[in-house]
Amino acid sequence: MPVKRAEKTHMPQRAAQVRNKDFVEVNNGYNMERAKFEADRCLRCQDAKCIDGCPVLIPIPDFIHAIQQGDMPKAASLLRTANPLPAICGRVCPQEAQCELTCHMVKRFNPVAIGHLERFVADWERTQPDPKPPAVAKKSQKVAVIGAGPAGLVCAGELGRMGYSVTVFEGLHAPGGVLRYGIPEFRLPKNILDWEIGILKTLGVEIRCNVIVGRTIKLDDLFEKMGYSAVFIGTGAGLPQFLGIPGENLNGVYSANEFLTRINLMRAYQFPDSDTPLKVGKTVAVIGSGNTAMDAARSALRMGAEKSMIVYRRTIKEMTARIEEYHHAIEEGVEFHWLTNPLEVLGDKDGWVKGMKVQKMKLGEPDASGRARPVPIEGSEFIMDVENVVLAIGTTPNPLLVSTTKGLESNKKGCLVVKGEGGLTSRDKVYAGGDAVTGAATVILAAGAGKAAAFEIDKMLSGKK
Amino acid sequence: MYKIIEKRQLTPVTKLFRIDAPLIAAAARAGQFVILRLRDGGERIPLTIADYDAKAGILTIVVQEVGATTRRLGALNAGESILDIVGPLGNPIELPAGGHVLGVGGGFGSAALLCLMRDLTARGDKTTVVMGARNKDLLILADELKAACKNLELCTDDGSVGFKGFVTERLKQLIAGDGPGKPDHVVAIGPMIMMKAVADITVPAGIHTLVSMDPLMIDGTGMCGGCRVTVKGANKFACVHGPCFDASEVDFVEAMRRNKMYVKEQEQAAARLTAAGASN
Repeated sequence: MPVKRAEKTHMPQRAAQVRNKDFVEVNNGYNMERAKFEADRCLRCQDAKCIDGCPVLIPIPDFIHAIQQGDMPKAASLLRTANPLPAICGRVCPQEAQCELTCHMVKRFNPVAIGHLERFVADWERTQPDPKPPAVAKKSQKVAVIGAGPAGLVCAGELGRMGYSVTVFEGLHAPGGVLRYGIPEFRLPKNILDWEIGILKTLGVEIRCNVIVGRTIKLDDLFEKMGYSAVFIGTGAGLPQFLGIPGENLNGVYSANEFLTRINLMRAYQFPDSDTPLKVGKTVAVIGSGNTAMDAARSALRMGAEKSMIVYRRTIKEMTARIEEYHHAIEEGVEFHWLTNPLEVLGDKDGWVKGMKVQKMKLGEPDASGRARPVPIEGSEFIMDVENVVLAIGTTPNPLLVSTTKGLESNKKGCLVVKGEGGLTSRDKVYAGGDAVTGAATVILAAGAGKAAAFEIDKMLSGKK
Repeated sequence: MYKIIEKRQLTPVTKLFRIDAPLIAAAARAGQFVILRLRDGGERIPLTIADYDAKAGILTIVVQEVGATTRRLGALNAGESILDIVGPLGNPIELPAGGHVLGVGGGFGSAALLCLMRDLTARGDKTTVVMGARNKDLLILADELKAACKNLELCTDDGSVGFKGFVTERLKQLIAGDGPGKPDHVVAIGPMIMMKAVADITVPAGIHTLVSMDPLMIDGTGMCGGCRVTVKGANKFACVHGPCFDASEVDFVEAMRRNKMYVKEQEQAAARLTAAGASN
């Protein structure tokens, strides 16, 4: 076997000082030559550990081998069978914590760029004619899916593939959930999302927007009045958390959800051609260190901020963002203030943000989460001059459905309680998966849960158990 | 798409729409609201539900033309459609039965009292509405409200009909025992400044008072947190915890300040619409 190259094949990307002024996608993607060059690095291990790292068990060495052989239809088919959202996951999965972490190459070299290759295959597929609807016999039962985010879309797609009539009920005016309102265009273009949703529609999935189950209709109506035989809940974790510090309701303090929704769903960057504005000052502080925090800090620059800062009470080691997002943020000019904890947001006489009082921290003993606990350093308080504060400190499941549905149990964190991998809730014939069950996690875990639930629902409806 | 079945002009800038929206009409209760959007790239605006007819599947909203979106909406006619409407959102108003409920309506907020008063009257409550405007031509839905409640009290700044003066002045007289007399509950719906003025009178008088908060909002399901209001010292989301709150617990000063966040942009959008209209 030839000696493998140590470095990943470079992902072409737009220049940092150009891209940080617009919302066009950062990464340009591999071409065939680069993809084959990278595919060549795969060892095709007998005990492919990369697959163990993948929540939906993509046959990774096989699809990479197909690329290397130039058999793109095979690569696309292998990928899509395992992962119904490959163009999305190739862009937003934290590969370094999943498949690329367990890749055998990691021991000595860079891992194979599995994420970049996944993206390449899905983007190739996008240039092909739309797939024909599968030749399966239509089943008589109808299934309702609540929420058109990754969990719900994947569950709906799998059930559609099996021949069920599936309707997805979405509360917002457009489907996608966090893929639409949360992840910015420069990381996941909306035309990619629309294309993936379009594929699901060819499988016979109907999407009804502007319907909030729990308000517009009740969950029980789906069974009793509308004739559905099973329900999948994929309502995500959309409720923003606040810090509870003084000044949090000053003008210019946003939850990351509001900040990003105004930009992504409502297209505030096109105001006044679009109708929804977003006020971004010269200096923006984003609190938190996850992907949402990176998205907000990078979006702030694109909205015209001169300075955008990540303020986090722990260190880079505890940062939860994808490493690529961190690198991109650094390149684009985002400043990082580690071990810094906000104490108070300060306002001017009209109630607008003019500063933020913070305190330096040091790391102490590990806490319940296993991460080192930040401890305040006495007397280290200082004031940062900022005009906006964006809180990206986490989200929790929305209580609306639980509070309007009898017998649907949630735990003290607001997450739905389920039995087994299929996601059966405390209610008969009602399944759930994704962030609504786990709390805020990743797109691929949600997709995996949606898929697993689809198989359970099929088993239940077809009397296989 | 949601088809407009009927449009009525209530004042030069206030329009009533009856809209085909069977799911919303079947689920709606007094005090709730909807969010609508008119076009691709359009904003989502919350509007209180004025009335609903579950049997006919009709939702009624009343809109006052202020900004670009409400002006675009006001320009739509029967037979045309609204792109997106979602709801009903928020919690219905719930009051103990058998009391004297007084609704105070300011501007187009009076419309939101319509279904509330009809439902309360139907269950046997004593119901009074005090509504005001600058002059009699600007009073809206007086006939409908008269039919919906037991006592309708009209107020005009110029005295062209009813009591001459503000609703708050007439409210003080009622609390003192005049006309239908002191209420057990007050529900105020209208501009924030009016609701605060009502609360400043009714709360010290010990009268249970609900106000319908109308903050900036995007999704209406608890997701953005933009509509947060400080109630009894804690953060509440108007969209899921409200929109009605006990007036004695609401931080009006903060709520009014937060509502001014995008005044400049709202004016910019309205001016742009005017300019676009002029060039047509």
